[in-house]
Amino acid sequence: MANFETPEIKEYPTIPLIKEGVMAHSKPFISKDAFQQPLGFPGELLDNWQDVAIEKMGEMLGKYRGLQVFLDSCVKCGACTDKCHYFLGTSDPKNMPVARQDLLRKVYRRYFTFAGKYFPKLVGAVDMTKEVLDDWYSYFHQCSQCRRCSVYCPYGIDTAEISMAAREIMDAVGVGQKYCNEIIAKVYKIGNNLGLPEPALRDTLEGLEEDVLEDTGVAVKYPLDVKGADILLVTPSADFFAEPHVDGLIGYGKVFHAAGASWTISSHASEAANFGMFIGSYENMRKVALRIREAALDLGVKRIIFGECGHAWRVAYSFLNTLAGPFDFLDPRYPVPQHICEYTYDLLKRGALTMDKSANDHMRLTFHDSCNVARASRMGDLPGGQFVIPREVIKASCNHFYDMNADTIHEGTFCCGGGGGLLTDDLMEIRVKGALPRMSALKQVVEEHGVTHLAAICAICKSQFSKVMPYYGFQMSQIVSVHQLVSNAIVLNDKQ
Amino acid sequence: MSLSAAYTALFYVAIVIFVVGLGLRISKYAKTPAPLKIPTTPAPVTQGGVVLRMFREVVFFQSLFKGNKWTWIFGWIFHASLLLAFFRHLRYAMSPDNILWPLVSLEVVQSFGKYAGFAMLVGLIGLFGRRIFVDRVRYISSPSDYLMLILIFAIAASGLGMSFVAHTDIVSLKAFVLGLIYFNPQPLPSDPLVLIHLGLVALLMIIFPVSKLLHAPGVFFSPTRNQIDNPREKRHLSPWAAKLETNERS
Repeated sequence: MANFETPEIKEYPTIPLIKEGVMAHSKPFISKDAFQQPLGFPGELLDNWQDVAIEKMGEMLGKYRGLQVFLDSCVKCGACTDKCHYFLGTSDPKNMPVARQDLLRKVYRRYFTFAGKYFPKLVGAVDMTKEVLDDWYSYFHQCSQCRRCSVYCPYGIDTAEISMAAREIMDAVGVGQKYCNEIIAKVYKIGNNLGLPEPALRDTLEGLEEDVLEDTGVAVKYPLDVKGADILLVTPSADFFAEPHVDGLIGYGKVFHAAGASWTISSHASEAANFGMFIGSYENMRKVALRIREAALDLGVKRIIFGECGHAWRVAYSFLNTLAGPFDFLDPRYPVPQHICEYTYDLLKRGALTMDKSANDHMRLTFHDSCNVARASRMGDLPGGQFVIPREVIKASCNHFYDMNADTIHEGTFCCGGGGGLLTDDLMEIRVKGALPRMSALKQVVEEHGVTHLAAICAICKSQFSKVMPYYGFQMSQIVSVHQLVSNAIVLNDKQ
Repeated sequence: MSLSAAYTALFYVAIVIFVVGLGLRISKYAKTPAPLKIPTTPAPVTQGGVVLRMFREVVFFQSLFKGNKWTWIFGWIFHASLLLAFFRHLRYAMSPDNILWPLVSLEVVQSFGKYAGFAMLVGLIGLFGRRIFVDRVRYISSPSDYLMLILIFAIAASGLGMSFVAHTDIVSLKAFVLGLIYFNPQPLPSDPLVLIHLGLVALLMIIFPVSKLLHAPGVFFSPTRNQIDNPREKRHLSPWAAKLETNERS
């Protein structure tokens, strides 16, 4: 299967002793010229790359307060050292959040601080060399920007911000990551990460309509580019064909159908995910986000709702208004945007949906809090709504729900191991190893409560789990979409 | 007299570096925009909530408590003792007609401040021990991280030495400090403990603005802790990001 060993799930979670350099070989494929140009990045490593890198770092220090404060404030207390799933799964000390930050901080200190300029050895400052750049490329692509470390840092230092900055600098000198940059280029050209053009999309959605009709006898519609629809649904393109994502999409359609809502998908903005965030590029993130604004204006919708996607929900909830707002042309009675779970939860609370929980009796469920939903967004009006609302939707759809260990859910949730631009086959080893903490917590509820399925609300989590679960002795079919459960339980009425 | 003059000069230099250096740093933090809403959630949805979150963070080290109980207990003991010791020292910098004098001279302030020195040593030894014995913390420690602990340890130990072993001429010392404040230089007692104590304090002030001690002002400017979670309700736009929009329209 692979030329690495899957870590062993221990009876109790343990903090490994450090093993230096064991993941130094992990590097994703480097982006080609053809994927760099559309994003505005040089196609290969520049001759004067050191100067460009330092200049870029200086520019970013003036644009991002977080970066400046985070680089200055760390006292090396060590509270974050055992919090990263990649460290717990690999034992490589450079996967400890503080050590990952230090890869960038030691260069910052050398060029931008008094102590680093005059006493480099004392404070661990180094020149920007090719070796340092190689280390950056390796280890800043072993961070899924999940923000777990930032929860435990006394100064709130967020390694995700540091990783994004490092990737932005690497792009600026011409060393981009193929997976992310190729995908962003595809969004610019076609409208989604998978490169599904409008006809293919239309075909897929018609196929879904036929399947659902055959399955339920009810003509649920999956509309595309319908002008004048009330709701624009923006969902990750994986929802259009991947398993179990597509079962979630079927579920959204059934919920809209049951609510009698008028809705549409847009072929122009047929992607919820925004990989501009992964590479730390405000400009590219903004360009991708503006497609959603354009689609909303073009179709004349009143509301925007996002499908199940973790990092997408972060960009949608936290950044969309900033990047592509103001949304004063939409119906002011609804938040912009809304999450599909908020929408379904609202209907459930109003008693507008009929649910037959026994339809999911063949499953005993637990819920994986997706990292960026948990620690970088909210649902509903109250802090923590992002934990409550998906669980309420699940509990309304099934009879058997059990949470995993308290240290591994809510704000302490572990990343699936594939987030932040790492969901690519050339990073399989780090993905498998990074899934260890989540797999350990899952195994515990499997043994204690007979849990059979793991529900998630993120396209990356779903793809990642269906790929890595077999490494840990589970089956790929044990990961399900939350709206797949809704889809199974919802009772549709022909008259609607 | 020459030694007193040297210490007088040292303190003026140290104070200028401390105040100007820190002021420049804080002004840089304040002026640099935070272009995106990045509070670590769940986060408060009101300004009042953010003030409370920051209070819990600064007074109780809430996040560190969640992160590591040993680091928290040693770190908290150290910082709390530092604060108590600071209050005690105020009496050396004010005359009895100062309005704060009745507070500062309270028995409770003085004796807590006195014994806090021991607690400070306990905290520092604990933090030093973690740097040596926990392999992860040892890996991330630079020479400056050890030296900083040693520096503060030496300051605390020399201070305790003057309280419990070899008293200095506290009346002259106070005259020296007040002399600094009122620009009327006075002689400094010349016993080694007081020279060590004051010299190291001056050194600490000098390195403050160029070291990790910047975590003190930094925590207040950390966007993951000080931002309100209201991105859908209120549009957040930094000046440089707003320019991207204006450029497109023109």
